[in-house]
Amino acid sequence: MDAMSEHANEKELRVLQGAPQNASAADRGHEHEEHVADDTPREYTLDLATVREKLKEKSGKQYWRTLEELADDPHFQDLLHREFPRHASEWDDAVDRRDFLKLMGASLAFAGLAGCGRPDESHVVPYVKQPDGIVLGKPNFYATAVPFGADAVGVLVESHEGRPTKIEGNPDHPSSLGSTDALVQASILNLYDPDRAQTVLENDEIRSWSAFLDATQGLATSVKAQNGAGFRILTGTVTSPTLAWQLRKLLAQYPLAKWHQWEPAAGEGAREGAKLAFGRIVNTVYVPGKANVILSLDADFLASGPGHIAYAKQFARRRKLDGPNDTMNRLYVVEPTPTVTGSSADHRMPLKAGEIELFARALAGKLALSSPVPLSGEAATWLDAVAKDLQKERGASLVVAGEYQPPAVHALAHAINAALGNVGKTLYYSEPVEAEPTGNLESLRELCADMDAGKVDLLLILSGNPVYDAPHDFDFTSKLQRVPTAIHLSPYYDETSYYCHWHVSESHYLETWSDARAYDGTATIIQPLIAPLYYTRSAHDVVAAFSDKPGMPAYDAVRAYWTEASTHLDASIDAGWRKWLNDGVVHGTKFAPITPELKFSATSLPVFKPAPADQIEFIFRPDPNVHDGRFANNGWLQELPKPLTKLTWDNALLVSPKLAQKLDMAHKIASRGGEHGQVRSTVVDIALNGSKVTAATWTLPGQAENSVVLPLGYGRTRAGYTGSNKGFNAYVVRASNALWTASDGKITATGDEYPLACTQYHFHMEGRQILSTGTLAEYHKNPAFAHEGANAPAKDDSLYKEFEYKGYAWGMAIDLNKCNGCNACVVACQAENNIPVVGKDQVMRGREMHWIRIDRYYTHAQSATNDPSTYDASLDNPQTFFQPVPCQQCENAPCEQVCPVGATVHSAEGLNDMVYNRCVGTRYCSNNCPYKVRRFNFLRFQDWDTPQLKLLRNPEVTVRSRGVMEKCTYCVQRINNGRIEAEKQNRPIRDGEIVTACESACPAEAIVFGNANDPNSRVAKLKAQQRNYSLLGELNARPRTTYLAAVRNPNAGLEKA
Amino acid sequence: MKEHRSQLFGVMGEFATPEQILSAAKKAREAGYKHITAYTPFPVEGLAHAIGFRWTAVPLLTLIGGLGGGLTGFGLQYWVAAITYPLNVGGRPLNSWPAFIPVTFELTVLGASIFAVVGMLALNKLPQPYHPVFNVERFAHASTDRFFLCIEARDPKFNLAETSRFLQSVAAEHVSEVKDDG
Amino acid sequence: MSVTQPPMGAPEIRRLDPVLEPGHTYASVTDKIAAVVLTRPLGIGWLAGFTLTFSLVMLLFGSLAWLIVKGVGIWGINIPIGWGFAIVNFVWWIGIGHAGTLISAILFLLNQKWRTSINRFAEAMTLFAVACAGIFPLIHTGRPWMAYYMMPYPSTMGIWPQFRSPLIWDVFAVSTYGTVSLMFWFVGLLPDLATLRDRAKNRFQQLIYGALAMGWRGSAHHWHRYQSAYLLLAGLATPLVLSVHTVVSFDFAVAIVPGWHTTIFPPYFVAGAIYSGFAMVLTLAIPLRKAYGLEDFITMRHLDNMAKVMLATGLIVAYGYFVEFFMAFYSGNKFDVFLAQQRLHGPYAHYYYALILCNILTPQLLWFEKVRRNVAALFVMSLVINTGMWLERFVIVVISLTRDFVPSAWGRYQPTFWDISTFVGTLGLFVMLIFLFVRGLPAIAIAEMRELVAHESHSGGDHK
Repeated sequence: MDAMSEHANEKELRVLQGAPQNASAADRGHEHEEHVADDTPREYTLDLATVREKLKEKSGKQYWRTLEELADDPHFQDLLHREFPRHASEWDDAVDRRDFLKLMGASLAFAGLAGCGRPDESHVVPYVKQPDGIVLGKPNFYATAVPFGADAVGVLVESHEGRPTKIEGNPDHPSSLGSTDALVQASILNLYDPDRAQTVLENDEIRSWSAFLDATQGLATSVKAQNGAGFRILTGTVTSPTLAWQLRKLLAQYPLAKWHQWEPAAGEGAREGAKLAFGRIVNTVYVPGKANVILSLDADFLASGPGHIAYAKQFARRRKLDGPNDTMNRLYVVEPTPTVTGSSADHRMPLKAGEIELFARALAGKLALSSPVPLSGEAATWLDAVAKDLQKERGASLVVAGEYQPPAVHALAHAINAALGNVGKTLYYSEPVEAEPTGNLESLRELCADMDAGKVDLLLILSGNPVYDAPHDFDFTSKLQRVPTAIHLSPYYDETSYYCHWHVSESHYLETWSDARAYDGTATIIQPLIAPLYYTRSAHDVVAAFSDKPGMPAYDAVRAYWTEASTHLDASIDAGWRKWLNDGVVHGTKFAPITPELKFSATSLPVFKPAPADQIEFIFRPDPNVHDGRFANNGWLQELPKPLTKLTWDNALLVSPKLAQKLDMAHKIASRGGEHGQVRSTVVDIALNGSKVTAATWTLPGQAENSVVLPLGYGRTRAGYTGSNKGFNAYVVRASNALWTASDGKITATGDEYPLACTQYHFHMEGRQILSTGTLAEYHKNPAFAHEGANAPAKDDSLYKEFEYKGYAWGMAIDLNKCNGCNACVVACQAENNIPVVGKDQVMRGREMHWIRIDRYYTHAQSATNDPSTYDASLDNPQTFFQPVPCQQCENAPCEQVCPVGATVHSAEGLNDMVYNRCVGTRYCSNNCPYKVRRFNFLRFQDWDTPQLKLLRNPEVTVRSRGVMEKCTYCVQRINNGRIEAEKQNRPIRDGEIVTACESACPAEAIVFGNANDPNSRVAKLKAQQRNYSLLGELNARPRTTYLAAVRNPNAGLEKA
Repeated sequence: MKEHRSQLFGVMGEFATPEQILSAAKKAREAGYKHITAYTPFPVEGLAHAIGFRWTAVPLLTLIGGLGGGLTGFGLQYWVAAITYPLNVGGRPLNSWPAFIPVTFELTVLGASIFAVVGMLALNKLPQPYHPVFNVERFAHASTDRFFLCIEARDPKFNLAETSRFLQSVAAEHVSEVKDDG
Repeated sequence: MSVTQPPMGAPEIRRLDPVLEPGHTYASVTDKIAAVVLTRPLGIGWLAGFTLTFSLVMLLFGSLAWLIVKGVGIWGINIPIGWGFAIVNFVWWIGIGHAGTLISAILFLLNQKWRTSINRFAEAMTLFAVACAGIFPLIHTGRPWMAYYMMPYPSTMGIWPQFRSPLIWDVFAVSTYGTVSLMFWFVGLLPDLATLRDRAKNRFQQLIYGALAMGWRGSAHHWHRYQSAYLLLAGLATPLVLSVHTVVSFDFAVAIVPGWHTTIFPPYFVAGAIYSGFAMVLTLAIPLRKAYGLEDFITMRHLDNMAKVMLATGLIVAYGYFVEFFMAFYSGNKFDVFLAQQRLHGPYAHYYYALILCNILTPQLLWFEKVRRNVAALFVMSLVINTGMWLERFVIVVISLTRDFVPSAWGRYQPTFWDISTFVGTLGLFVMLIFLFVRGLPAIAIAEMRELVAHESHSGGDHK
């Protein structure tokens, strides 16, 4: 897409966006003169009393820039008239008065941004003539990237008349390869989050941007006086070349200033490990697609960390089975706590995080890299098998070290990969992706020391939330208070903002120009899809504010940097710019492989003494949904069942079944909601690192016996309405000397119970034909093993005449062998289909609305649930399988036959259509649905009022209200778009032309949709496979969604008798 | 019934028991009276027969109502499901006749019942707020424990004196004129 | 006096009480029954009872209002348990209704004299029960204001109801049942309304009853057509009453949910309906005859016979339970087997055992004549059985849904305050209507009682 016209559109669009501050923009155009007066009082201070006064006397049409105008402010009006203030509020609780007042206060604050002016608003013109490149009603897609830690995921963002509504993967981008993950999918909700900070604040008073610029210039000159001594900048991991470039220039101006980095949930191991191994920091890029045998040392490389989407895709392609003669790769995982990666492993061994290093050393010993290290018990046999396998596949094997493992493990992994001749084949090294690789912990420690010593006069915090997530022993908060001037840039007015003098609201990545590097170095220009909804700024603006060019727009900064950088590229900026924006990658920026020489021998490591086996180890891990806490206010992610625990809205101390039984913890299935909703669990006090936190516990099969997990990212106090006060804050007990693994803590039950919202507590298949699994050997022997014991009636033993589906017959095939349960499809579906968030209370009543759910089953588990009182050994390390369940679109749909009003009927192409207008809500269809995929609007779950959320909606999907049934439609809107395109060109719809939201998001390519009538379509080929089976086929519902049985590839040497 | 110029509707005799009125009615018939009506607090076996009332159309109406209801019922369902708006519902045939039976049956019963009741009322010319016999003071007992035999004035053989005497002769306890001031 | 066979092939008993205590004349029965309506002053008991039940009706309205405002989410239902109290109560009330029609229609066809003095209020009970039942299918929908979609009317969209759905069958069955019962009741009332009209103590009563009586004169022609119509109605109501609960049972039997999908349902639902219905008639008759001194008309003979009917239907129901289990294991269908075990061992097992106690064990006492002739015992037992029948519906509707095909979706159900208040509200509505009925209309069919007097006074056998 052409950047310039995009830039132009984005201005024009503002009128359409209906965001409050733009609503009157058009009028402002012509009535400008008489309201000049209103423009002047910019530094209005917000005093509630006066506001209320003004509100009383409010009358007639007013304008936005005055306080009177508050009453016109949609937020304010909403909150006044609205019964349930937020989309994720807990619906049938009485309205909490305090929340209500809080929100009113908040809305007054939003409204107060009236005070600030916006220089460019004079340019706003109404959307009268159709801009080129936009056909009303037809979405446009723009390429950009989602920066995340030391990676950025290239995406194509769907935009309806200038409203970004949905995120798709960018096939041309190395980190995406066309797919996304749950966090990327959900990131668009943050853009429209009504709780975002909306303006610049100085000591909680609204300031204009220009006032901020004046202030910063003042500060700049004063720090300039002492060459920037006392000027400190704190950022997270920076992969934006432009930002790094700006910061470097800034540091050049202030020689004594310092740039610190703190990324709470990014491990140090890789960085330090590389130093250990190569004497320098390098970036490791894996090529799992080339590996036949993979050993993961506590690495969740399929679902987290840089490049995980690409890795998952490559990995899954090696799990593909087209015929009985195909083979697969083999994955070994040793990990303390079950992860998505561990669940897809062919062999998984639970091991305390602290013992992983021992295992790595032992492996090194086996490979004769060091003196042999004895292992005991299962681990020993395991090690032999792994070592043999790895050696067998020299050059085609891969050892991946976990992000949260100590440097030694990484160094060992490098050594082992080198020894196995994998370097250059299944992995390669490159320059680091981080612009300024720094030891985070040391960097932050130094900053804290300086603040403590009063050496810091001016602290600039560019996104990040150290008050919340810094190690507690640093006591960042009190030290921060000693800093004369602290400026915080962040999307929310969060815990840190509260202690800073200035708060600048940060723009969402869809609102600003920027750039970012992917895990392999490829850079992407981040282009805005919408003008900032509020008075927000990007890091580029804030940094520029201290530079000699204050007020330099982010766009100029990015252009400036790339003008400079493009000299090293094949295309000059003017030649390349449009293509870069269009493709979503800056060509030629991928880092070339380097071959650092290995300066490390395993023997040089100091002797390792593992902690006593029975000592409880506490490990900290980012939460799979809210990560380090940055997504806490994202309702989609809060309500997303976590891959393994299936918990929503809370984190919990994860405990192994055995330990749970030892500490006699309990799970009580509540009679309201039950297995599909509410489980009450024991609450414990965790005393650790000289601090204390109270947490609910959760027993997790497969957890290493004496290892407990404290998921980070919860217990936020200033996250916003959705995210505050959910779960417990693990940072409270996280100390700098034990960032990832801590010991000698104490767990004591408080005797209380806490209700947890768990969407699937029952994981036993009760011997039903639901998720068929087998081993590669079995598959080779009997490719049709999935059909054993299944007695699905033949198509012709029916008294009825079959309906014929001529033309298209839409169908879906889900390969359980590829699915790793990462949840991307669930959120993608939620975004595509305007699915509401219902809140914890409703989830606990078993009323969550997801159209596609991912069921998690443990095969060979004896007990039906992980209730500690029913402990049995089968839960210590069960085999885990995932099964995505959307509507099965049955041809003999049981739901349709019982609907009294014909609100759900079959289309000529075999879709099980829902007619929302016709539905009266008897719920009979849901009762009669054997797969329980139907979802009912028991209350008015949908938020009809919040204007921001209206912008988010997909205009092609009905927004359902109270009292109607809903369910997966195979993204019928996409089918029809495809049909229209095809008919315009007078040709049949091509295979792969129509892609459902879940399919397009899936990194593993496990979901395939298409026309089952076309024998050459991908879906028809998959359905023709012998692994293909119908869920509960014996019911003869004839699902159009079928599954391909999961196959594991165990090492015969390790097969348990 | 047809309005009479004469103020007189008939003569009414009152009896104490079903047997008395039964025999009285029989005698009246034998005496050649045609327009006789009996009023009783509960149905008296054979009385209708005795005053020459045999056939009633109620059963026929009921049959018609039932057939009508049933045909409408099935017809509607077939037309809806198979002709006017055919839909593929769960792969079931358009004309899923077994599934249409319950509604057909219910409508049969409904039609029949409505015809039976409404027919009965209509044939009895109810509702009928006014009727000459109500003018007789003691007729109120007709709904409690007394039995009345009324010979109407329009009867060719009717003669006030004659007929009154006849009624007394068949052991009527009171005989009273029935005035029609309608 | 006549020797009538006790119905339902209950064993012959040695001594038969009269269905009407001797020494009654046409006038005396008329006076005694009509007096309750026309002359008797409102007792403190009636007023108290009415006030109580009226306030419960207000609770019902309150609950319904809140339901409309917020949505069915105020109830305990969820996914997978899409149906909760609403449907349980619906089936329960409809079932209770059945006894009325059964007594008035089937026993009439079987020419059972003893029905005479109880059929009137049994029919009233039917109507009120159906009224209570009718509330639930309407309000349990997500959008009650759209419920008219279930009616076949020519809409501008050209769409019609989906006649394959048992819910549509319900709509027709229940509305037909309601209409026919009403007509049946009214036809029966007609002569009595005339009686009340003629005995009215004031203009007001005269007008009301006069209008309702439609000018009934009890002429031989009237009676002739009347009897023919009544006989036909009885003939039609008999298959109807059997069909209604059959159709209700289809709501479940037609669905594929384990625990619902079974062919024994129609007969055992009908038996259950009659079972609970007679229990309810007893619950009402026993206080009624005491309060208004109608022991002469509702004699031990009636109570005894009803007890026998309960025993008989109770045994059929017990058989139904047995067959459910037997078929589950005999068919070997793993879902049914699992559900059967769930009933015995699952989280809701205690409901199931309570149900067995109420519906199968307790009624066995009815084998003993002593119990059948102990009014207090019968009263208590009738309450127990009604509870049991409610539990049966709960077990069928809810427990089956908590454990169906895909274990990952299994859940549980717990009623909320609003579930309970709505149920209690309908109980109030039912009893309130009964209160109004006994004081507004003759609780016993007067004309038929006169026939009975005539019949008893001559030792002529059955008439006709």
